[in-house]
Amino acid sequence: MIRRLARELPRLIALSLAALIVLAPFAYMVAFSVKSSSEIFSGSLSLLPAGLDGFGNYARVLAERPILRYLLNGAIVCAGILLFQLIFAIPCAYALAKLRFRGREFVLGVVLFGLLIPIQATSLPIYVGLAYTRLIDTYAALIVPFASSVFAVFMFRQFFRTIPNDLIDSARLDGCDEFSVITRIVLPLTMPAATAFGIFSVVSHWNDLFWPLIAIRSPELNTPPIGLLAFRSAEAGDRYGELMAGTAIITAPLVLAFLFAQRRFIEGISLGALKG
Amino acid sequence: MTAVALDVKAQGRRPLLGQRRRAESRVGWLLVTPLLCGLILFLIAPCLAVLVMAFTDWQLGAGHINFTGLTNFADLAGDNVVRISARNTVVYALMVAPLSVAIGVWLAVLIERSPIGRAFFRSIFFLPVVSTTVAMAIVWEFLLHPAIGPLNTAIALLGLPPQGFLNNANTVLATLAAIGVWENAGYNMVLVMAGLKTIPRDLYDAAAVDGADRPYERFWTVTLPMLGPTLVFVVIVSFLRSFRVFETVAAITQGGPRRASEVVLFTIYQEGFVFFRVGYASALTVVFVLVLLAITLIKFRLLDRSVHYG
Repeated sequence: MIRRLARELPRLIALSLAALIVLAPFAYMVAFSVKSSSEIFSGSLSLLPAGLDGFGNYARVLAERPILRYLLNGAIVCAGILLFQLIFAIPCAYALAKLRFRGREFVLGVVLFGLLIPIQATSLPIYVGLAYTRLIDTYAALIVPFASSVFAVFMFRQFFRTIPNDLIDSARLDGCDEFSVITRIVLPLTMPAATAFGIFSVVSHWNDLFWPLIAIRSPELNTPPIGLLAFRSAEAGDRYGELMAGTAIITAPLVLAFLFAQRRFIEGISLGALKG
Repeated sequence: MTAVALDVKAQGRRPLLGQRRRAESRVGWLLVTPLLCGLILFLIAPCLAVLVMAFTDWQLGAGHINFTGLTNFADLAGDNVVRISARNTVVYALMVAPLSVAIGVWLAVLIERSPIGRAFFRSIFFLPVVSTTVAMAIVWEFLLHPAIGPLNTAIALLGLPPQGFLNNANTVLATLAAIGVWENAGYNMVLVMAGLKTIPRDLYDAAAVDGADRPYERFWTVTLPMLGPTLVFVVIVSFLRSFRVFETVAAITQGGPRRASEVVLFTIYQEGFVFFRVGYASALTVVFVLVLLAITLIKFRLLDRSVHYG
């Protein structure tokens, strides 16, 4: 046992060193979020604060900047996007996987084509269209462009294909119409796939900068990343303690959620590799 | 005998079957239509629009719009900013993709063989993937601050002069790439771990019988060759992700200093959404997306193949 452990020791040391490097930014973010300005500007390396003054950073940041508003906006936008994505994609994916109808191959073709197109390709015309319909700078501008997700269709279709046809046929024989087949048989089986997709969707839109930077101007609509950027430029680099506190607050929700459901997060986010 | 029986049965059901077909068709279209409308509005039409706008001189807010043929594309080829931007993006990707894949493989193999703490280490290395990139970019900017950043404090303790990693045109791109590697290695690690699971255990036993039982021998004779298809896939995904670098640049450097960190998506963003030169930005978008598309098609080819052999 001891010999085995001795043999494994180099591997554990290597992993631990790598872990320290990966964690360093998080550790310093938290450490400096509770340091006073004077301590930070004296060039400190310690992970522990010299005094208790810095703990006020969190209170000051929450009082001066609408951080909670940013978080709320992030939640509204992510929930809106996910809700629409599921409502649109699940029926479509079910039809593509389990129903035979003329034009199915065509719809499938459009979906596969959509998988190839990154958001950056369509962002200019979508921006112009939203500007002309005066929808720019609203929650709708943040949500609607992502409502019909080909990736969700693709993923749910793959999943529905694994549900045996016999199960669906016997439900139909029992007198279920297509609607109850979906709500009673298919949806309950879909929960794990929907969770994985939901995590993927929420994480990517919570963290997204490109589209919100384009779609909104009003500070009240700031999503967490944009709010953080606004905060950073407003402080022009002299209140690093507060800045780190704000950063920690913005980072916390996803990181905590991840720590609670690590396996599901890893499953969900690595799904994105299919999309690229 | 059975054939006849089946035939009779089928004949008896035919009218019913036809009816059900039609009902199925109706339900099918009913379920598909909402999403299809969304795709026409937010995918098909914009794709066509960007293609058309690329051949115009349109600027948002300008009353006139003229077709200018290939002028935009000719201008792109002669545009110094675009050339710098394209080169920076490629250099960035050439640093981030290989390094983050190599580190990802290294971490995956180490974790896979580790007797304890697998889930623990996997989660730690995945943490940067989950964290908001903009937030972590701000943290990195602070860590690397020339005067008060902890990294420079540490460098000063060693008696070396402080470095302005992100303020120096010679180091800014490499520094952003390092942040990119930090962020992507854990992602690649998870993809590689999935590939490692598909390698049959017996292969390692067989290799051991043939005398390859040291860790690095096992890695070169079994793991790496068997990981081949996964690895190509991960490399391509990494390149696609690195070509689309935007967040760190927009959050920290804004393309500077002296355009040393100007990247394609940031150029598109500025041309299109800051200067509103929609026609020109569309042309740049079309070229950029065509490059991404070519790489993505290779990826799907590989996916197809691995499905057939798997």
